[in-house]
Amino acid sequence: MKQHWLVRPGTIRLLWIIFLLVLALTVLANLFTEAHAWFRIDGSFAFNAWYGFLSCIGMVLVAKLLGRLLHRKDSYYDRD
Amino acid sequence: MTGISAMPPGLLLVLGAMLLPLSGPRVRAALVLGLPLLTLALVWQIPDGVSLRVPFLEYELVPVYGDSLSRLFGTVFAIMAFAGGLFALNHARITELVAALISAGSAIGVTFAGDLLTLIAFWELLAIASTLLLWSAMTEQSCRAGMRYLIIHVLGGALLMVGIVSHVADTGSVTFTAMTPHSPAQWLILAGFLINAGAPPLSAWLPDAYPEASPTGMVFLSAFTTKTAVYVLLRGFPGADILIYLGLYMIFYGIVYALLENDMRRILAYSIVNQVGFMLCGIGIGTELSMNGAAAHAFSHIIYKALLLMSAGSVLYMTGKRKCTDLGGLFQSMPLTAICGIIGALSISAFPLTSGFISKSMISQAAADETMAVLWFLLTAGSAGVFLHAGIKFPWFVFFQKDAGMRPPDPPLNMRLAMLLCAFACIAIGIWPAPLYAILPFPVDYIPYTPAHVIGMLQLLLFSGLAFFIMLPYLKRTLTITLDWDWLYRWLGPRAIRLATRVLDRWHLQSRSGFLRHLATLFGTLFLYHGPRGILARTWATGSMVLWVVILLGIYLVAYYY
Repeated sequence: MKQHWLVRPGTIRLLWIIFLLVLALTVLANLFTEAHAWFRIDGSFAFNAWYGFLSCIGMVLVAKLLGRLLHRKDSYYDRD
Repeated sequence: MTGISAMPPGLLLVLGAMLLPLSGPRVRAALVLGLPLLTLALVWQIPDGVSLRVPFLEYELVPVYGDSLSRLFGTVFAIMAFAGGLFALNHARITELVAALISAGSAIGVTFAGDLLTLIAFWELLAIASTLLLWSAMTEQSCRAGMRYLIIHVLGGALLMVGIVSHVADTGSVTFTAMTPHSPAQWLILAGFLINAGAPPLSAWLPDAYPEASPTGMVFLSAFTTKTAVYVLLRGFPGADILIYLGLYMIFYGIVYALLENDMRRILAYSIVNQVGFMLCGIGIGTELSMNGAAAHAFSHIIYKALLLMSAGSVLYMTGKRKCTDLGGLFQSMPLTAICGIIGALSISAFPLTSGFISKSMISQAAADETMAVLWFLLTAGSAGVFLHAGIKFPWFVFFQKDAGMRPPDPPLNMRLAMLLCAFACIAIGIWPAPLYAILPFPVDYIPYTPAHVIGMLQLLLFSGLAFFIMLPYLKRTLTITLDWDWLYRWLGPRAIRLATRVLDRWHLQSRSGFLRHLATLFGTLFLYHGPRGILARTWATGSMVLWVVILLGIYLVAYYY
């Protein structure tokens, strides 16, 4: 089966480059906009970028830990 | 008031639905699409204030009470009935369509109920219609899930009913107005409302039941029950602090459980809980801006969640598969479904130019205005998490990731049209929020598109996206489910009852045989002495009696002489 252009390794590399460029641009844009600071720390440079990134990492890790405790086979309730 | 505005608009859908089984396919299609539009027109005919009073016992019922809040929810429920009907038209069972129209009608009935008795009547009708909607999938799982759904909602309805009765006994009034959770009656009413909202600890009914509905059924289900609860909370308990805590729990519960989930429709079910959490926070803050935000977010949410579920429903309909582990690479043959799914995913993540952006941000802004710092930081983290669990996870695992090798085409025309309609609405509201802002309960003085807000949101979401792809190895799908509070009544409860029955049985048997043994001994003793041959009951021969008398008299005589 011929590979769709979107899933070829070259395209994926290109997409990553574009994605990282856009990330950099949004951070740079912070230089030109007035950051709203309601609670001090949220006025720090590129607050939304690092806060979003770190909270997502945190949530995935918490989910992973909870998963160890709470994961069961998906036929768990079928036995009854 | 007389005329058309005196008719409860929801009743049109409820009664009209009864005609569906009697009509042929063409008339049925016309009814499924026409009734919601007619209802929408009725909704906008209703003037502010009381339109209909009906005396009932010693109370005065107000089945039709209009204001901007009820019109807002009535509007979106009618639109949703139309869009869902279009999506379901060709392949849903007639029972499903009937149940769907009745649930839409009863949801609209709740939004225009001016008194608590009308409210609970439509409330219960909604629960019954939703159960039928679930059952119309006609699978064993849907049958069992429907029963569990019904049990929880009957419990909620009972709490609400007891609350209403005691409230009426306390105050003597059946009017549905803003309350504060101070008396037991009002706590009960609040609990009844919250069960329908999917609040903890009973949130598990939602991801348990909805994904068992048919591909089209879940689209309807997602719209009415939880958002009716949001409506009654908006009207009944504005500014109740407890809603903030419950809302925050729901936001993070939704994210974490969706991250752990493998079933695409269950991911979306968890994200309903998550989004309703944002609305509860908005209601709990209780300012005009936050209430507007909660109402607007409910409006946008109904549409983009329907879009997401239509996209997932199309995939399920075309492939018969719903687990992420079985899906992937579908964008190649279902491009329209993929694009519509992505638009829904961007909207739920509150991407700029989509409906979520202009509604959810009002709630965060209200938290900032009230200097609720912790809440604001948590809401912001929650927004990032929405992108993580629904915004990327859903489209990525369904339409991209590894290629599962399936090449089904896009779904039939009516399904495609319904998706396009919702996708259009998501973007239209995002680009041009003014019409939605104009019908919110309070005047809106909020500008979503400021450079700082747009840039900030893009940073938040795109860096969450980065986190997703970095953490992808940790998000590998497994064939698992995640335990929830429903474990208590689905696993522990039945086993506890079984164990208790066994213990009681044994105890019963033991004590029974013990008792019988004692009884036997007792009767044995009695029999020994009093039985037909017992010494005390035996028949004595007259001769031996005479002999004994002679002996006694002889002893007496001898004793007398000495």
